[in-house]
Amino acid sequence: MSLYNDPIGHWVVVTVAIALLLFVVLTATAYTVWFERVALGRIQRRPGPNRVGPFGLLQLAADGIKLAFKESFVPAETDKLLFVIAPTIAVAAAFLSWAVIPIGLWYNVQYWIADVNIGVLLIFAFSSLNVYAIVIGGYASNNKYSLLGGLRSAAQLISYEMALGLSLVPTFMIVGSLRLRDIVEYTVHWGWYNGPIPLILLTPIGFVIYLMAAVAETNRAPFDLPEAEQELIGGFLTEYSGLKFVMFYLAEYINMITVSALAALLFFGGWYLWVIPPVIAFFIKIVLFLFLYIWLRGTFPRLRYDMLMRLGWKVLLPLAIANVIVTGIVLVATQG
Amino acid sequence: MADEKSSQPEHPTPLRGPREGVPAKPEGKHPGVAADVAALAGGLKTTLSEFFRPVVTTMYPEDKTVRSERYRGRHYLRRYDNGLERCIGCELCAAACPVGCILVIAAENSDENRVSPGERYAKTYEINMLRCIFCGYCEDACPVQAIVLGPEYELSDTSREKFIYTKEKLLEPMPPDVEARLRASAAHPSPLPDGERGTPK
Ligand code: SF4
Ligand code: SF4
Repeated sequence: MSLYNDPIGHWVVVTVAIALLLFVVLTATAYTVWFERVALGRIQRRPGPNRVGPFGLLQLAADGIKLAFKESFVPAETDKLLFVIAPTIAVAAAFLSWAVIPIGLWYNVQYWIADVNIGVLLIFAFSSLNVYAIVIGGYASNNKYSLLGGLRSAAQLISYEMALGLSLVPTFMIVGSLRLRDIVEYTVHWGWYNGPIPLILLTPIGFVIYLMAAVAETNRAPFDLPEAEQELIGGFLTEYSGLKFVMFYLAEYINMITVSALAALLFFGGWYLWVIPPVIAFFIKIVLFLFLYIWLRGTFPRLRYDMLMRLGWKVLLPLAIANVIVTGIVLVATQG
Repeated sequence: MADEKSSQPEHPTPLRGPREGVPAKPEGKHPGVAADVAALAGGLKTTLSEFFRPVVTTMYPEDKTVRSERYRGRHYLRRYDNGLERCIGCELCAAACPVGCILVIAAENSDENRVSPGERYAKTYEINMLRCIFCGYCEDACPVQAIVLGPEYELSDTSREKFIYTKEKLLEPMPPDVEARLRASAAHPSPLPDGERGTPK
């Protein structure tokens, strides 16, 4: 702790922590891609990547090298600066979220870079930055498919952000804090039971809304309209290749891990799972959520655009508002 | 073309209105949320059960699928049992080839230099495998069954030049499965009418 109070020591600690987290998140992303490809393959009764390294585990390294050596292509008559900035924003925003996500390492040891008291709000702020990445990328590509993809994405993200935010409000009302660590460590005293509980027991509807809105937020199937291949070629990704494409791709998968981690933290008690060591428990929960997302992608066809908007505005948003009101009433009734 | 045009309506169909052509809502009660969720759950169950079933991929190149016994692959030039080449340089195969990828340059046989039993033989015989579509017309056209297709299909190589199969390459000893393929093909003759085949009656 004295190291933390010393200004130089503080920066050293933070820098090392950031470097470590970057490494962990990047590795995790690579293996999420591998996991997705294998799981999707199995759903379609294919083996998935299995050539490079044992079980194809090095496939991502091979793909990365291939993409890094690709020509860095910029379409003619585009705004080169914006074209490069867009993927940068995407990847930076995706990484920034991890600054405030605490990771339980051992029973009383947690790891975080910034323990801010508005953690969840910050994550929402960062994830909204993604809209800029996609809209700017679509605009800068000088391609009508990209532009349409970007516009769609803006509309989609804005509509679902509301439902996503509101779905978590009951959680904050119950816990009384926006700090992720407080939410995880929320304890109840129910008769003989004293301790943390998975908050999904108290906010099941919020969880369902969160789950759907989070899929839409991360632009993943069945809500992956911005890059709808059949209608929009690759959407905002059409003109991107090589390393700039990698950055968008990376951002998508980091966001996927982020929403999985958030789901685990906000609804399933984070790193608490019976006697299982916290870091393993946290890992298991994230992997289960990742699998859920992959499973959804492997099962459902993409929604039509008007269906997506209808679901967001006419179903999820009213449901989320009702959920907030009902939770408020119940809270007042029980706690006075 | 002209007839087709006149049968078209005078005016192009106007653009559809916002609700035109949209199918009417199905009659009866809407299935409801519970039924919708059950349908989604059904889909999830299907994919999850597929997840636990064995994969069906053939692990090429370790495993290979069974070829048809009449599969047409790489060409071979055949010899007679006494070692003479069958090809008499007649160029019928080159004429029959729909993509024109066979080059035959014939030369006269002489008593000192006898390559084939006929008057002439193929001095140069080349097939451009990059253009070949493996239709087998050359095999059908050949009067002496000199050029035949074998069943090999793994022909990848590292340069375009290597895909020009020269006479030396085509005369390589045939693997036994070529004979098997020829017998199978003989049982199912080409669908071409006899008049269009090079085989003399
Ligand atoms: S198989 Fe067909 S395309 Fe190929 S060389 Fe023979 S005739 Fe030409
Ligand atoms: S048709 Fe037969 S004999 Fe004639 S040139 Fe071709 S391979 Fe030789």
